[in-house]
Amino acid sequence: MGDAAAIRCEGISKRYRLGRGRSGYETLRDRLARAARGLLGGGGAPGAAGANEVWAVRDVTFAVQPGEVVGLIGRNGAGKSTLLKLLTRITEPTAGRAVIRGRVASLLEVGTGFHPELTGRENIFLNGAILGMPRRETAARFDEIVAFAEIEKFVDTPVKHYSSGMYVRLAFAVAAHLSPEVLLVDEVLAVGDAAFQKKCLARMEAVNRGGLTILFVSHQMNAIRRLCARCLWLDGGAVRLDAPAEEAIAAYERAHLAGDLRGAARPGAPAEGASFVSWEVIEPRGSGPHTLNGLGTVRLAVTVEVRRAIAHGVHGVTLYDADNRVIWGWAAYNLRIEPGAVEFQYALDSLPVRPGRYTLHVSLYDENRMLDQWTCVPDLLVTTPPMTHPRDEWSGVLNTPCSLSLAPARAAPGAGAPGGDL
Amino acid sequence: MSANDAKAEVVIQPSRGWAALNLRETWAYRELLLFFTWRDLKVRYKQTLLGASWALVQPALTVAVFTLFFGRLAGIDTGAVPYPLFSFAGVMVWGYFAGSVTRAATSLVGQQNLLKKVYFPRLIVPVSSVFVGLVDLLMASAALACLMAFYGVAPTARVAALPGLVALAVLLALGVGLWLSALNVKYRDVGHMVPFLMQTWMFLSPVIYPSALVPQTRTVAGWEIPARALYGLNPMAGVLEGARWSLFGVGSAPGAAVLTATIVALVLLFTGAAFFRRMERDFADLI
Repeated sequence: MGDAAAIRCEGISKRYRLGRGRSGYETLRDRLARAARGLLGGGGAPGAAGANEVWAVRDVTFAVQPGEVVGLIGRNGAGKSTLLKLLTRITEPTAGRAVIRGRVASLLEVGTGFHPELTGRENIFLNGAILGMPRRETAARFDEIVAFAEIEKFVDTPVKHYSSGMYVRLAFAVAAHLSPEVLLVDEVLAVGDAAFQKKCLARMEAVNRGGLTILFVSHQMNAIRRLCARCLWLDGGAVRLDAPAEEAIAAYERAHLAGDLRGAARPGAPAEGASFVSWEVIEPRGSGPHTLNGLGTVRLAVTVEVRRAIAHGVHGVTLYDADNRVIWGWAAYNLRIEPGAVEFQYALDSLPVRPGRYTLHVSLYDENRMLDQWTCVPDLLVTTPPMTHPRDEWSGVLNTPCSLSLAPARAAPGAGAPGGDL
Repeated sequence: MSANDAKAEVVIQPSRGWAALNLRETWAYRELLLFFTWRDLKVRYKQTLLGASWALVQPALTVAVFTLFFGRLAGIDTGAVPYPLFSFAGVMVWGYFAGSVTRAATSLVGQQNLLKKVYFPRLIVPVSSVFVGLVDLLMASAALACLMAFYGVAPTARVAALPGLVALAVLLALGVGLWLSALNVKYRDVGHMVPFLMQTWMFLSPVIYPSALVPQTRTVAGWEIPARALYGLNPMAGVLEGARWSLFGVGSAPGAAVLTATIVALVLLFTGAAFFRRMERDFADLI
């Protein structure tokens, strides 16, 4: 009976080496230099390799039955995307095993394989082939795909002239018509306007009545609630909870508020150097130490444990929104830091962002050597009351108050006055 | 339940050591191979004024320059074949080989967005870049036929061997291309090295001069070196001499050189494919 699972993972794990491999590539010179150091016996630090390893996914075991729709939740860096990359065979696991039964299609990014110089028509066929759809099948569904994407007039225009909305719609339309048996989806619904997102969700639900198995990664809990009966919560690369969707989401959100999350898997902190310890909102503080409520001057503090004097410190801070977009980034250079516990305090005039969940990421270097980086735990929760358009798709990224007054035109009569229906 | 269920089953686990070539899977993706080839062809001459005629303009200009400098000024002896004809055949075949190797070497890095987002047998990428050049070669062959008619050189029955020699050039380009493309993912030095490599290789191949110009033996510092035999180890020597022999019907069949080229091509192809498969599993992480 167990064999019938559409997806079965048994202890699947993926290890990355930091510094090499994942980011940056090794040049021949590095390799030769390393080999030379090895020959001379010592010089380099062979033991350093272990400290720079990260288990992005560790010992994950679960099974998904045919026709089941399972959501994958967890904060940034919890291993969701890596798990999907393993299941789509883009990267190989370091240990463990997974078996997928049935035709697999994946949607890790919309528009993968689109070529800007080719027309919409040509890209539909190309993208179909990349996603594993035979040409005959693409041809049979061509009209349906074009209609779904609402690009009838532009099928023979190169996609480089498309608006980003058209591009996304076309890309999703191809994928939504693949008719696979197992579909792996990563956060693609984050792009595109709300109306199209709804259409895509509806399409996925419709396809699912035909027994499609879906593994679905999203930060949008509403989409997860709507689509999935069951949820896997990943934390620090491992499965923290495998439960009915409502239960898993509730537990996940409770843990968020309580600050009880491991966050991104971190390498074993080096013995020397420094490590980030904690962070908090000083003002305008909401209900908890990691909640920001209000528009006035914002002061945040991050505490770092410095174990060795830093002569040319570089400190970077980045703020991500729930869709992993960079909202704000900043860096300070030439910091001289003495050993001990140090609090970095930032002061901003205001942080007028929409209410929701954000992630702070901080890093500390001495010249070019990374001492530590940290995806701050828990996430930053912004509870400032919304002041923007009541409809979600028109409210934007910023949450800033605005006033409107009607007055006679001051200069050119052509400058249209907005309607006064507010 | 699983035994009589026809559903495809994908097993994902760490591979160890030298993986099998898995050509069956690559074959299952042959349609994608054609798509990649077609896409590269289609995109190649977009937004150019001359379009596909670049495939002819480039070799024609090269041959004009070679004829002026090597044919007229240096007076290289090409026997019964007029120099322009001789060098056009060389430039055309060499151009295919060098272009294919260069394209293949950078093909994986150029497709990195795709490699990081979708799975398909990675072998398809360098293979398709070796196919793309065949269209240019075909166009150049038509031009060569016109040139032959102009010089009054009629093809003989030996021309039947030409497809075989082109196939040899394809295999050779693929063998070298597989090695370089996989290496380039890890060491970008390859990208800088390839133009120089191809230029040097061209001077070591009978493109602008016949192999006959290389002495049988040469004495260097008291050692007698079998220069011609060493030269014959260059697989492109066999391909180029063979191509001229089949096109112009002069001289004796370069059987030994073609055999050497075949052996070298097969060795490069098998080792290249094995190396590629071994590196393949880390492509998405390294690129």
